[in-house]
Amino acid sequence: METKNILIVGVGGQGTLLASKLMGKCFMEMGFDVKVSEVHGMSQRGGSVVTYVRYGDKVFSPVIEKGEADIIISFEQLESARWLSYLKKGGVLISSTQRIDPMPVIMGKAEYPAEILEKIKEKEINLVSLDALSLALEAGTAKCANIVLLGAAVPHLGIDKETWIETIRSTVPSKTIETNLKAFELGYNS
Amino acid sequence: MNKSLMLGNEAVARGLYEAGVNVISSYPGTPSTEITEFASKYDDMYSEWAPNEKVAFEVAFGAATGGARSFCAMKHVGLNVAADPLYTASYIGVNGGMVCAVADDPGMHSSQNEQDSRHHAIASKTPMLEPSDSQECCLFTKLAFDISEEFDTPMLLRLSTRISHARSIVELNDRADIPVKEYKKDVMKNVMMPAMAKGAHIKVENRMKAMADFADTKAVDLGINKVEIYSKKLGIIAAGSAYVYAREAMGENASYLKLGMVNPLPVKLVKDFANQVDELVVIEELDDIIETHCIKLGLKVKGKELFSFLGEFSHKTVLDALTDKKAEFECFDEDVPARPPVLCAGCPHRGLYYALKGMGLYVSGDIGCYTLGAQAPLSMMDSCVCMGASVSALHGFNVARGSEQAKKSIAVIGDSTFIHSGITGIIDIVYNKGISTVIVLDNSITGMTGHQNNPANGLTIKGDPTTSVDLEALAKAVGFKSVHVVDPFDVKATKELVKAELQKEEPSLIISRRPCALLKSVKHSAPVVIDEDKCIGCKACLNVGCPALSTGKKSDGKGIALIDNTQCVGCGVCAEACKFGAIKKGGTN
Repeated sequence: METKNILIVGVGGQGTLLASKLMGKCFMEMGFDVKVSEVHGMSQRGGSVVTYVRYGDKVFSPVIEKGEADIIISFEQLESARWLSYLKKGGVLISSTQRIDPMPVIMGKAEYPAEILEKIKEKEINLVSLDALSLALEAGTAKCANIVLLGAAVPHLGIDKETWIETIRSTVPSKTIETNLKAFELGYNS
Repeated sequence: MNKSLMLGNEAVARGLYEAGVNVISSYPGTPSTEITEFASKYDDMYSEWAPNEKVAFEVAFGAATGGARSFCAMKHVGLNVAADPLYTASYIGVNGGMVCAVADDPGMHSSQNEQDSRHHAIASKTPMLEPSDSQECCLFTKLAFDISEEFDTPMLLRLSTRISHARSIVELNDRADIPVKEYKKDVMKNVMMPAMAKGAHIKVENRMKAMADFADTKAVDLGINKVEIYSKKLGIIAAGSAYVYAREAMGENASYLKLGMVNPLPVKLVKDFANQVDELVVIEELDDIIETHCIKLGLKVKGKELFSFLGEFSHKTVLDALTDKKAEFECFDEDVPARPPVLCAGCPHRGLYYALKGMGLYVSGDIGCYTLGAQAPLSMMDSCVCMGASVSALHGFNVARGSEQAKKSIAVIGDSTFIHSGITGIIDIVYNKGISTVIVLDNSITGMTGHQNNPANGLTIKGDPTTSVDLEALAKAVGFKSVHVVDPFDVKATKELVKAELQKEEPSLIISRRPCALLKSVKHSAPVVIDEDKCIGCKACLNVGCPALSTGKKSDGKGIALIDNTQCVGCGVCAEACKFGAIKKGGTN
């Protein structure tokens, strides 16, 4: 099987690392070779963050380059715009509608582009957009927006829902299982 | 088979466990930190955070002298700090095996320079292994201990960001039962004075010759150095992350000499490989060490004429240099504003920096989360070099420019960085009759590397209570008479204290004390509230540089400050910036 590439992008602190960890574990248990590449340290402090998930028969490089991602899961609109060029032709962009202004925008030194997701849609890109933050709050906490987005991505990942539910059960802290599963369902059904 | 998806760093920790390691001492540094965090979860191994890398290396070396398998980890610049013991440890050798992991950061995701730690291996004549994925992180760690004991040498294990922070599958094995070896007094081996060191240097040179033979022979049998022959039109020599990029990009359209031992480099293996291929290319991130080796062997090779000395590579770097393949993709048509990292909402450093703003100060900075205060809108840093330099460089700056300048200059240094190497700097100030003012930003944690306990916060690596360094008493003991503690969220008090201390004709130490907002033990207040009637939309509050603050429009079209309630923790520093009393602190949560 040709290696599949999933890019997870967002803002430091949004919980992108848990989503990639869950995916990596699930693909490994399905028998694939997996590489998940993360950036820790300085970028985590509210900066733009990206995690690369790759799986297939044998994966060498831990990173994904422009035009290579089968799926991009984006936690924030501006990050969808920033990483759009990494999407493969025919790939799927799953984007939260959440907006977090970066410091240059807050300071009035740069402008947050208007209607980002509409403009991306006009490019005939396969876009799935959802308000992951509101759905996460509905599930119980803003912190599980990552699991909402994972749920929304699952129909495009070609692995059955039950396998993901089992992976979530065995990975997240036991106290948070119910909230995370609710978040997963909300994302899956969105 | 029991297997697990592990970060490279986690796999090194697993390797330590399986190798029967007893003693681990490290100082945190991205991208190396998680090795020791994961190692601390194995109860069979003693682990600790040391105050700095030199101490960590020496603790591990002492343990090796005492007969235990021992380990230390650090980032690339940390090895500069530990270089002093490294170079002589190489002469002495070991009793129990010793491995030092050093993590480079090509692309500088979280570092102040892009140095190549292989130079330290060469200069200190220490053998160095370099894994290319998590499985090798575990395996090479174990092999490094065997080699260390066989050749009587400390070993270096070179990692890089994409190896340390990438997860891949690791096969798990049991822990080896390695008893602590007997210690016998041996002055000729263990005491390095000129008479002994002369003999030891001969031993080192002979060892490196033996190691070079090992690289050509046994290293191949053990799977450390590997030859993979596919198309013979192109032969690629690479190690670590560069190998996986090359293999991804070129597949079976090239042959590979994958080097798992990067010091010393093999001779026969390289020559034989070169003879089998039409064209020879070396792919290496950072410096041209393998390429230079090939040139010394008289081989025709391409390296840095195709690949940069700068930054991080990827498989695309290899494709661009060696093929005509071009990727197709769509771009977003408008400018996408950058999103630099920022101080978190509720960060205590923000209060301090905001208090200092507008005082016209020269701020001698240091390494940590608070380095982010160098960026707009706070813009509160004039220099940043390395761990601890804020204090000593401030003294130099003030000596050069006189006492009037000293009254307009300060150093800012975090608690962990102060313990690491700020203490010697304050001793220098007192001893040499300086009058500098130093501010220790004590947030009770080593923050930037992801929350490690340190000697100043009273908790060990395992979270057990321990004696904490009393920073006030320490400053007084070295001779500071003026030592004060202030809460940085009290912006007015902080400002007044700093002004008063700067005027004194003696050295001052101010401890700006409040725990990191991300610590679980910290209780947050409710978000601040904007009074719509009072806010005139002047944007003065934005000068605190808080990611939870932005501006929008009222229903009448006039500007107003907005609070992101998911981020705001109610610290109230922005309220201090509002002249109209439009920002009200919320209640307690």
